[in-house]
Amino acid sequence: MSDTNAQSVAFVRNSEIPASPPPAGETGPVKWMRENLFSGWVNSVMTVIAFLLIARFIMGVFPWFWNGVWDATSIKDCRNIMADAGTAGSACFAVLVDRWDHLLFGFKYPATEYWRPTLAFVLLVVCAMPALFAMYLPRKLLIATALYPFVAYWLIWGGSLWVPVVILGLLAVTAVIYLFIEGLSVSLRQAVAGIVGALSGIGLGYLLYLGAQELWFISGNVSAGEGIVSTVAGFVFMIAAIFTYAFFIPMGIFVGYAIYNSYEDGGLVTIVTTLFSLYALMVYGLGPISTAINSVVPIELEAVASRDMGGYMLCMILGTVCVSLSIPLGVVLALGRQSNMPLIKGVCVVFIEFIRGVPLITLLFVANVMLAYFFPPESSIDLILRVIIMITAFSAAYIAEVIRGGLAALPKGQYEAADSLGLNYTQATRLIILPQALKISIPGIVNVAVGLFKDTTLVSVISMFDIVGMIRGPIQQSTDWISIYWEVYLFAAAVFFVVCYSISQYSQWLERQLQTGHR
Amino acid sequence: MSQISQMKVSDEVAIEINQMNKWYGSFHVLRDIDLTVNRGERIVICGPSGSGKSTLIRCINALEEHQKGTITVDGTLLSSDLKNIDTIRSEVGMCFQHFNLFPHLTILENCTLAPIWVRKTPKKEAEEIAMHFLEKVKIPEQADKYPGQLSGGQQQRVAIARSLCMKPRIMLFDEPTSALDPEMIAEVLDTMIELAEEGMTMLCVTHEMGFARKVANRVIFMDAGQIVEQNEPEEFFENPQSDRTKLFLSQILGH
Repeated sequence: MSDTNAQSVAFVRNSEIPASPPPAGETGPVKWMRENLFSGWVNSVMTVIAFLLIARFIMGVFPWFWNGVWDATSIKDCRNIMADAGTAGSACFAVLVDRWDHLLFGFKYPATEYWRPTLAFVLLVVCAMPALFAMYLPRKLLIATALYPFVAYWLIWGGSLWVPVVILGLLAVTAVIYLFIEGLSVSLRQAVAGIVGALSGIGLGYLLYLGAQELWFISGNVSAGEGIVSTVAGFVFMIAAIFTYAFFIPMGIFVGYAIYNSYEDGGLVTIVTTLFSLYALMVYGLGPISTAINSVVPIELEAVASRDMGGYMLCMILGTVCVSLSIPLGVVLALGRQSNMPLIKGVCVVFIEFIRGVPLITLLFVANVMLAYFFPPESSIDLILRVIIMITAFSAAYIAEVIRGGLAALPKGQYEAADSLGLNYTQATRLIILPQALKISIPGIVNVAVGLFKDTTLVSVISMFDIVGMIRGPIQQSTDWISIYWEVYLFAAAVFFVVCYSISQYSQWLERQLQTGHR
Repeated sequence: MSQISQMKVSDEVAIEINQMNKWYGSFHVLRDIDLTVNRGERIVICGPSGSGKSTLIRCINALEEHQKGTITVDGTLLSSDLKNIDTIRSEVGMCFQHFNLFPHLTILENCTLAPIWVRKTPKKEAEEIAMHFLEKVKIPEQADKYPGQLSGGQQQRVAIARSLCMKPRIMLFDEPTSALDPEMIAEVLDTMIELAEEGMTMLCVTHEMGFARKVANRVIFMDAGQIVEQNEPEEFFENPQSDRTKLFLSQILGH
């Protein structure tokens, strides 16, 4: 009280009150328990009940787990061993040992080649590091990440080494084409835009024409009722094809030109044209060139067909590829949906809304039986590739909506500040908008990615033998391991949990790294 | 300090706005705006809220589109041609009420981003320029922090430095002090006064009448989307002509 002058109203503090530590309270486990477990009688009763339930659960599960049999050749064998030991009803983990390879690689992958997918998996972990921890590792290591898909493809599918190498070469050629187009003068690029528009019109018409032909072909080979449906459908496709030829080619030219004009740097035209050449190069160049080189310098691994892929390996392939493809595709769709150009916006909205409105299983069936109609008949698209396209499209639509949320959460001022500094659309998007929008979207994207990874087990319904397909089919239907449930499904749950929990932990770490203080 | 408002103005035209009109939907926001700004002029635009003053200066760097009339900035006609817009934007700096710094970049990166990507300045040189302007706004020591770690006044000064790094010939200020705590306003105004002393062409939307008296060589009063009155600051404050100006001034200077 010596600081204050109690006699007058006016008050002047003459000395600072020194900062002091908070009062010493009780600390340690006793305090924690009293605060968190036994703070009142309701809480105490609930704590006791909860502990009883947990104990009951552990007492039930632990012996089942602990007395499990790891070494047996069949479920009968297993039961005999348990009966002898007096632990009947315990787990029979022997199935995991016996069918370990099948659970991991499927039952048709050649046993002598198991080292290849295993190596691919180890390399995945190593090569993902530069991308996942980009802020701590030198940027040059990203080359390893970029090369990984080609290495992994060769390791898992085998065949000639020259296939992935030629793909890399063609990608390099495409890059040269990109640089060439980018260097063209304005009028030349406008011409290119027109040609690309026209070609896409021709291409679309041709696809529709092929679809019509295919449907008519089907109508000749099925019962009368289905035949009528196919004929009518074919007719519709044909009309669409004619319509396309009549309108889309001029429209293509127009659209190409319009797209060109709305971007002063012609970036979109350059990208579309480059993708177009990439597609043509891949379809017509890849096979002949790689076969030719391989006949001179054969470097081959035993080829494994997509049909023979299975087990957890299949889930990992689908999960990794689809997650890494659907994020960039989702970004493009989200930006497209925000576009001022009605055509691009329309295409993105229709794509997103259609895909989101359809169950994934339906899409997988489409991938299995129908997607072939959308490609030229001579190109038999690989089953796994078809499934990858569908799952990617599916999750990209969801990721696009998540990212749209992130874009919407950005204050308008960020766009205006970027504009006022003279940044163009591409620069503003890449440097200002996307880094922030993606950061906001991380939890949502991870949510979709984790869901996608688990959804890869749905391919078991189109008779692909992923880990669940293996369990439901070759394992549970075999005479040795008939009616075994808990052990195998627990195993499947465990391997999925490990990956999904890692993804979630990584994303939380990443969020903390990107924290730059409150806004 | 010498009276900045008496400083000489060149007769070279920096901005010319001719019969400009703008609508939001069917709402007529700006009506027949005619305004010529000479190089080196310091103009303060004031008026009641909703009078279109922010919209007017946002039209000058095409953050808003005008529908009728012409705007010519530094001899470049503002049209829907994106190339012209980018040219104008890189010559015209702008400061916003809410600073709009990029929260994911450090202060230094905020300042070097546009020079590096728009002007294609080498990174090292851009950083030197940025540090020069950060020193000028008196916060070089904050260069490696993120905007979220700075006070409002500091953020606004960074925003000014960020614009200056593009070496603009014209600066637009959209209520730069309205979102600031009272004790931060002075530091931002001081920075702006310094800019004015160096002869920068400035258009400021602000309610800081002290600043207007000291710095401006012309005060524009807007109401209902029109320029109601413009005059030299002394005349404008002492001897307002229109009733609306008198009412407005009595409201903001009344107490």
